[in-house]
Amino acid sequence: MAMAWIWTVMVGGAILCGLATGRGEAVSAAALEGAGAGIELCLAMAGTLCLWMGIMEVMRRSGLAGGLSRLLRPVLGRLYPDFAGERGVMDAVSANVSANLLGLGNAATPLGLEAARRMAERSPGEASDSLCMLVVCNTASIQLIPATVAGLRAAAGCQTPFDILPAVWLTSALSVTAGVLAARLFSRLWR
Amino acid sequence: MELAMSMVVPGLMLSVSLWGLARGVDLWGALTAGAQEGLQVCLRIAPALVCLLTAVYMLRASGALELLGNLLEPVLTAVGIPPETIGLLLVRPVSGSAALGVGAELMQAYGPDSLVGRTAAVMLGSTETTFYTVAVYFSAAGITRTRYAIPAALCGDLVGFLAASWTVRLLMGG
Repeated sequence: MAMAWIWTVMVGGAILCGLATGRGEAVSAAALEGAGAGIELCLAMAGTLCLWMGIMEVMRRSGLAGGLSRLLRPVLGRLYPDFAGERGVMDAVSANVSANLLGLGNAATPLGLEAARRMAERSPGEASDSLCMLVVCNTASIQLIPATVAGLRAAAGCQTPFDILPAVWLTSALSVTAGVLAARLFSRLWR
Repeated sequence: MELAMSMVVPGLMLSVSLWGLARGVDLWGALTAGAQEGLQVCLRIAPALVCLLTAVYMLRASGALELLGNLLEPVLTAVGIPPETIGLLLVRPVSGSAALGVGAELMQAYGPDSLVGRTAAVMLGSTETTFYTVAVYFSAAGITRTRYAIPAALCGDLVGFLAASWTVRLLMGG
């Protein structure tokens, strides 16, 4: 439903604004050009994306995700003090975070939802502090290799699509920290 | 330094492959299975990208994005965000494929190695589709009172947008 409104507002806004600024013809030409560009973009980014999904699959099958999640468990216990003693929840949470780090979105979501369901059993209907923290951590992207974005850059003609990695890591770290701190702060204020 | 950075990707490919071989993984099977999944991702996002890029190109041609950028320019420039990225800031928390479309258009229009192109890439790479994620998690867990989850998640997004603009200038020299 949300997408229907976004689409309609974008197209309607473009037409109104185009008429108001006397660029009606340009808008109409751009519509056809944009549709073609969508397919070109998919083709152009497919190579990079496929290569990295392949590398990530090797990481997953070689047990890198499992090792990572054992490493993360002590840290994560501090983020979810209410559930630190519950093995099932902490297993799901640390597997969720390590899948996110490796960019395995398809694997991360079911694991995160499993953790969310278990957390919700204690306080049905209302988001507990731990559940809010889980959601905040999953709305902040923490992947180590943003393959889709690298594919986009390669599609736009970039020779070194991965040179943004240090900036992405630093930015992710700052935004996750901000989300976690905000969640901690709000949990004291929100009664 | 240049050489070291350019060897990160091939080095990672080789070390992951050697590690996989050492662990007895069916390396070729895993590589191709992952690549297959990559193709499926492309196919899955293609329809949405076609529709959204159409709308984005129309918005760009109509001058609406410039208008919005000009309107908010004082605020965005004051905090260090390139005003050209305004469209991306607006759609990022709401729709992942729309954000990909807007980001791709920015990279093509300004060049992937421009300040705007790089900032857009870092913003895309370090934030998530917040509202979608919140909706999926809370509906799966049967939560109706979400308390402070959305404002806290949006704080993370805001800092992500700001930090993307700063880190690109700081680490990549503009």
